[in-house]
Amino acid sequence: MAAVGLYNYWIVVFLMMAGFYIVIAHDNLVKKIVGLNIFQASVFVMYITFGKVQGGTAPIIADGVTTYSNPLPHVLILTAIVVGVATTALGLALVVRINEAYGTIEEDEIHDQDDDT
Amino acid sequence: MIEHLAALQVVIPLLCAPICMLVRYRDWAWIVALFGSWACLVISWLLLQQVIVGDPISYHMGNWAPPLGIEYRVDTVNAFVLLIVSAIGAVVTPYARESVRAEFGVNRVYLFYTSYMLCLCGLLGVTITGDAFNLFVFLEISSLSSYVLIAMGKDRRALTASYQYLVLGTIGATFIVIGIGLLYAETGTLNMEDLAKRLADQPLSRTVGAAFGFLVVGISLKLALFPLHLWLPNAYTYAPSVVSAFLAATATKVAVYVLLRFLFSIFNVKLSFGVMPLDTILLVLSVIAMFAASAVAIFQPDIKRMLAYSSVAQIGYMVLGISFANVNGIAAGIIHLFNHALMKGGMFLALGCVFYQIASVRLDDMAGLGKRMPWTMAAFVVGGLSLIGVPLTVGFVSKWYLVVGALDRGWWFAALLILLSSLLAVVYIWRVVEVAYLKPAPENAGDIEDAPPSMLIPTWILIGASVFFGINTDLTVGVAKQAAMQLLGAGG
Repeated sequence: MAAVGLYNYWIVVFLMMAGFYIVIAHDNLVKKIVGLNIFQASVFVMYITFGKVQGGTAPIIADGVTTYSNPLPHVLILTAIVVGVATTALGLALVVRINEAYGTIEEDEIHDQDDDT
Repeated sequence: MIEHLAALQVVIPLLCAPICMLVRYRDWAWIVALFGSWACLVISWLLLQQVIVGDPISYHMGNWAPPLGIEYRVDTVNAFVLLIVSAIGAVVTPYARESVRAEFGVNRVYLFYTSYMLCLCGLLGVTITGDAFNLFVFLEISSLSSYVLIAMGKDRRALTASYQYLVLGTIGATFIVIGIGLLYAETGTLNMEDLAKRLADQPLSRTVGAAFGFLVVGISLKLALFPLHLWLPNAYTYAPSVVSAFLAATATKVAVYVLLRFLFSIFNVKLSFGVMPLDTILLVLSVIAMFAASAVAIFQPDIKRMLAYSSVAQIGYMVLGISFANVNGIAAGIIHLFNHALMKGGMFLALGCVFYQIASVRLDDMAGLGKRMPWTMAAFVVGGLSLIGVPLTVGFVSKWYLVVGALDRGWWFAALLILLSSLLAVVYIWRVVEVAYLKPAPENAGDIEDAPPSMLIPTWILIGASVFFGINTDLTVGVAKQAAMQLLGAGG
């Protein structure tokens, strides 16, 4: 049952596509940011999944344990999460400013206003 | 001190950023930024001198030995790119003082310098690092700060442009992380040199193939290769003048460097251009970029937007050089990277001078400007000639080596297309010349002086350099050829 064993990767692919779809398909600027978040979260899950070693435990030295999971991808993802939070914060800040300037956060309405001027 | 230069290159602007934030007063923040950018220029010059004659410098961050520790690795390729980025930074900062004061609210000036220093730090970091994940982190530092810089534009469309760039840029960066993650899963290392060794030893697996695809698409988004360039025109048009000049001259160039690094140093020529048909893909896309973007540029009423589209076309030339995958082609790509930074940076700075005086960069408003602002418009015209590729300017040198590279590869039709697409540049530059010099100024236009010297001198430094390096090609061509040979040699 190889397909079931790759359970995590199916989740990754699903989240990635769902997030990507939201970014492309939605006109609402906040929803786009949420989609972007889901998209990034899928990558986090991917890194964490391949850091897992079968039968391995948390990488803390203990008696009678010889196999440890790889902690490096986890650390990398901590950094990536920080980057993701910064991106989200900046994106939402921009949305606030756009709302102040245009009075809307729907992309098509913003385009209409820009075309008029 | 001297052995820590590689670290200082990134640490100095990184420290200048919070200092700018803390001093708050606009002129002091400017002085801090001036110090930071000039220090970077000196450091990158010293680094380049070291690597031209000697071996690549390997600096171990925190004294942790690679491949586990983070390594900063300077060879001819990135030393040259470091020099380009920091030189543009050093020229733009003095210019920024007047321009930023005019275009920003007084209270926000120090925030500009803070994000500007962060952006410089990120761009230098991307270039200098020898660690794939570290590259992503620096890429995001530079991207996030450039979103902020673009959003500082006065027009409200700057906000939507910045938002659009944020969404596309994040998708690009995430693609790059996916690619790096897949490479790590396959090889168990993040150090670039180590990655290259381990990838060379094994046959192509599906994981490496997928990583390759994700990386190429992600980087192409960042460098605005033709169908992925949609964020660029708006971002450059609505950003403040200084920001357009700085980003146009550096951000996409650094992305081109990242592409070179991944295609040749980490993967190798055999994989990038043999197993994967990337040369054909890059050739087709870059040729379309050269023609489509230049054609669109012709019809732009906004000159800043015209230059932005012209940037997309010029990026096409750089990628075209890379697609030849031979020494002359890659050298041409690297030479054009340098040359385009000079001329486009100079032209955007000239437009900044125009905006400073008449508060518009639309073609209709520029009538008669050749007489009213002679120095500024002369700079613009010389930059334009260089963009076309007239002999005695840098543009000619780039195109010469591109054509030689195309002929070396046996793609004579590509050489023909390079010449043909230059004609499009003649058309869009001529439009500006015609309006600025041949049309009379509107009667109600008051007398205006030329831009202040603190803005004109930096503009002319870049434009002057673009003539100087068009005549004296020792530095650019020599270094670029050495860099191209290193890239090809490293790939075997």
